Amino acid sequence: MSHHLIAKSLKFQAVGPFDLRVESGKCLAVVGPSGAGKSLLLKMLADLIPHEGTCSLDGVDARSIPAPHWRRSLRYCAAEPGWWAPTIGAHFRDPGAARLACPSLRLDPALIDAAPERASTGERQRLALLRSMEDDPAFLLLDEPSSALDETSTGLMETLLEDAMHRGMGLILASHDRRQVARLAHDILEIART
Amino acid sequence: MTPGFTPIELALAAGLVLFSAGLSLALKLGIHRSLLLAALRMTVQLLLVGLLLRAIFSSGSAWLTLGLIVIMIGAASYEVGARQRRRLRGGWTFLVSGAAVSSSTLLVAVFALASLSSSQDWTAPAVVIPIAGIILGSAMNAASIGIGSLLETISAERVGIEARLALGHTMRQATDPLLRRAIHTGTIPVVNQMAGAGIITLPGIMSGQVLAGFDPLAAAQSQIFLMFLLCAASVGSVVIAVFLTLRRLGDDRQRLRLDRLEAARA
Repeated sequence: MSHHLIAKSLKFQAVGPFDLRVESGKCLAVVGPSGAGKSLLLKMLADLIPHEGTCSLDGVDARSIPAPHWRRSLRYCAAEPGWWAPTIGAHFRDPGAARLACPSLRLDPALIDAAPERASTGERQRLALLRSMEDDPAFLLLDEPSSALDETSTGLMETLLEDAMHRGMGLILASHDRRQVARLAHDILEIART
Repeated sequence: MTPGFTPIELALAAGLVLFSAGLSLALKLGIHRSLLLAALRMTVQLLLVGLLLRAIFSSGSAWLTLGLIVIMIGAASYEVGARQRRRLRGGWTFLVSGAAVSSSTLLVAVFALASLSSSQDWTAPAVVIPIAGIILGSAMNAASIGIGSLLETISAERVGIEARLALGHTMRQATDPLLRRAIHTGTIPVVNQMAGAGIITLPGIMSGQVLAGFDPLAAAQSQIFLMFLLCAASVGSVVIAVFLTLRRLGDDRQRLRLDRLEAARA
């Protein structure tokens, strides 16, 4: 099924206003200097922070549906993801499927039974990506997804994201990495520091 | 005999506080200021209260009694937030603790006074005020500790909570472990108090009655009755306080609103 996400006049304090449109299977990159509000824009899209302006998915306004439902469709994945349960597996709806997905990102499947503190920063970032992609959300909002990854892992992650786009997932990617943006993005939203 | 102390005896006991403050200075613990201020406040407060109660008891006025209880509730609500490291902005901690402390105290106090009505003149200020006071103290402690625990853990676990919200969990799901922990922490004092009653400490009312020459078994019964009240008041107060605080830290879009918190001035 094809989806489209439209945001109009998104504004949080001095950040914004932003307007954007993304289709299923496409990647919109959000670029700009640190502090310009890339993360805040992604959080506004996921309705995680109070903001002005409107967002709609396939014509349905965010405020007309419960926020948890909205966020399951627009999955925000933080650069430094949070963990709350004793094992990594407990953070997944389906730990078995997560274990099977591990090798695609060069992750040891045994990590699924480990405590989050046992994984390295880069491993945690990849595990959080798998966690956010569970159940194929309509859109994935990625905040610096390869900030802690080496070149090989970054390549595997981009392959995973490209496959997801072929299946119809839309991406909004906040990234410092111009080459990554060139590899993945179909469209670019450039934002300046206010 | 009436157990009364002479000013000399009180001065000797005050020496112990001074010694503690000296220890704080020597070990650089930084608690001497708050220790001395609290001791001074306590002395002035209790002496004034002694005078005030003497006047109210002899007047027997229901309105004066009610007025005093309202003031006590206000003070307890203020104290709940007074020493927190973090607070809800805009006086919300005061509102939340006021709601928690007053509703739990009033419910339990009405229950207590109603069950006492057969055996004593329960409308007498000398009965109403001490009972309300003891219950209020427990409710205040529980709310204060519960709110403190919640605000500390919610700030420490912000990233984990936000991750859960981002994955589509509700605020209720994302904060449930913290809520349980805060309520548990808030009820520890009263549980300890019950567990240690009689073995580790002879609780206040019982000590007072025994000192005043009551039969120890009768004194124990009063204490048991009172402990049950304190238990109910503590649980009620901490549950209300923690729920309301958590409500204030979320909004209708299931967001974590830590912007509604402020660090208290040191």
